[in-house]
Amino acid sequence: MDRWLRVLGRGAQFLGDVGRGLKEPDTWGSLTAVQMRRIGVQSLPIALFIAVFTGIVLALLSSYSFTGAVPLYFVGTFVGKAMMLELAPVLVGLALAGRVGANIAAELGTMRVTEQVDALETLAFNPIAYLVVPRVIAATLMFPIVVALAMAVGIVAGWFTSINLLDLSTPDFVKGIRLFYQFKDIWFGLLKSMSFGFAIALIGCYRGLGTQGGAEGVGRETTGAVVLSAEMILVLDAFWAVALL
Amino acid sequence: MIAFREVFKRFGSKEVLRGFSLEVQDGETMIIIGTSGSGKSVALKHVVGLLAPDQGQVEVDGQIVHMLERDDLMALRSQIGFVFQFAALFDSMSVRDNLTLGLKRQGLDRRTMDERVREALAVVDLEGVEDKFPAELSGGMRKRVGLARAIALRPKYLLYDEPTTGLDPVTSAVINRLMVRTREKFGVTGIVVTHDMTSAYAVGDRIAMLYRGQVRQVGTVEHIQRTHDPIVRQFIEGRPEGAETTDTPSSEVYG
Repeated sequence: MDRWLRVLGRGAQFLGDVGRGLKEPDTWGSLTAVQMRRIGVQSLPIALFIAVFTGIVLALLSSYSFTGAVPLYFVGTFVGKAMMLELAPVLVGLALAGRVGANIAAELGTMRVTEQVDALETLAFNPIAYLVVPRVIAATLMFPIVVALAMAVGIVAGWFTSINLLDLSTPDFVKGIRLFYQFKDIWFGLLKSMSFGFAIALIGCYRGLGTQGGAEGVGRETTGAVVLSAEMILVLDAFWAVALL
Repeated sequence: MIAFREVFKRFGSKEVLRGFSLEVQDGETMIIIGTSGSGKSVALKHVVGLLAPDQGQVEVDGQIVHMLERDDLMALRSQIGFVFQFAALFDSMSVRDNLTLGLKRQGLDRRTMDERVREALAVVDLEGVEDKFPAELSGGMRKRVGLARAIALRPKYLLYDEPTTGLDPVTSAVINRLMVRTREKFGVTGIVVTHDMTSAYAVGDRIAMLYRGQVRQVGTVEHIQRTHDPIVRQFIEGRPEGAETTDTPSSEVYG
């Protein structure tokens, strides 16, 4: 219990430091665009790869489950709802917890053990404003964009599968999608993905900057960052479902 | 002036500094020697506020470092150059960007920054490497770029953390010569942490030995070379056996 309180306290202190770092836009402003490219644009291939195959499987899985008892155009409903509400944000989030979270933790951890973070401080930079804030802002802003594209690509993959492998026409698939569609389906998924991006970047930075003990420490903190990010995604996923659905 | 006043610092159960006191006068180069793990680098990091003392204080020009507000600490850091043991160059940046990063912080214009970069690299005999990346440089070159990064800031104080560790004797001699040249050219006050006695004798005005968290002895280079203190003698002569292995903790300070 005591240990958890200490962890929570350090986490809250780190969050406060990030808040104070926001007051230094001269430091983080120009660095954020670079991080948006690294975190967002360079994550697109893996995100879209996941989306394509998830869309295919969703279409086939729903058709198999309906077994003729449910009209087939509900395949469109199932693909659309599942991609927007859950699978695009969570699967992409988990993949990016590995790609982005590990990258951030390893990079900052290496900088810590090679004294590059200390060097930044001696050059009168605030490492939080220089290293953490750009990454957290970039991840928070870019995750929803990546996930939005993943949603679209996943649905297109589901449509393509439906018209080629199932006995379903394009108008029926679109009819299924529109049947129970609400705008909330989209913003709910994007809000979740925004929180995932924030959490992944924050955890990666926190674990990376807390690295001690050379290469072994970098490995330990990187693994820890990925595991904790994945857990946090699932916790946040449940939180948003309880809070908003 | 830089003054350590009764500094205590503990990491977990290990008490590294136990009432460390030392004054470094303006214009001099103070060498801090001591065995590995004796707390030399820890003491140095207190000067720029990378570490805060558990007890006691470090003063720079009368300012108590760990009590400074963030803006004042940043202002102080802009007067202090720090040369790290393994240079701590930013991997993702070219040599030029490594050198200009701190200069941007000082709000200098592009032309002045370029001049400072050229001048600093000339001081360390490394003209023409501006566009190289740290991975393309040898260990000795990286250390020289680290020194150039520090002197480009035109600091009042220069702190060197093990500047010759891991280098061959010739490259060590080059680094020693550069440290002397830097002091002569810019008149900076220096603290050099090292266990390389050749470097200590070549660069230092005074030498302080850190032993069991305190200053065991401090004096001029000549004074230290002639010392009769068994602990200091064992260290400067590099003998594996001697007083260090049998000595009981002492709070006495000589010199």
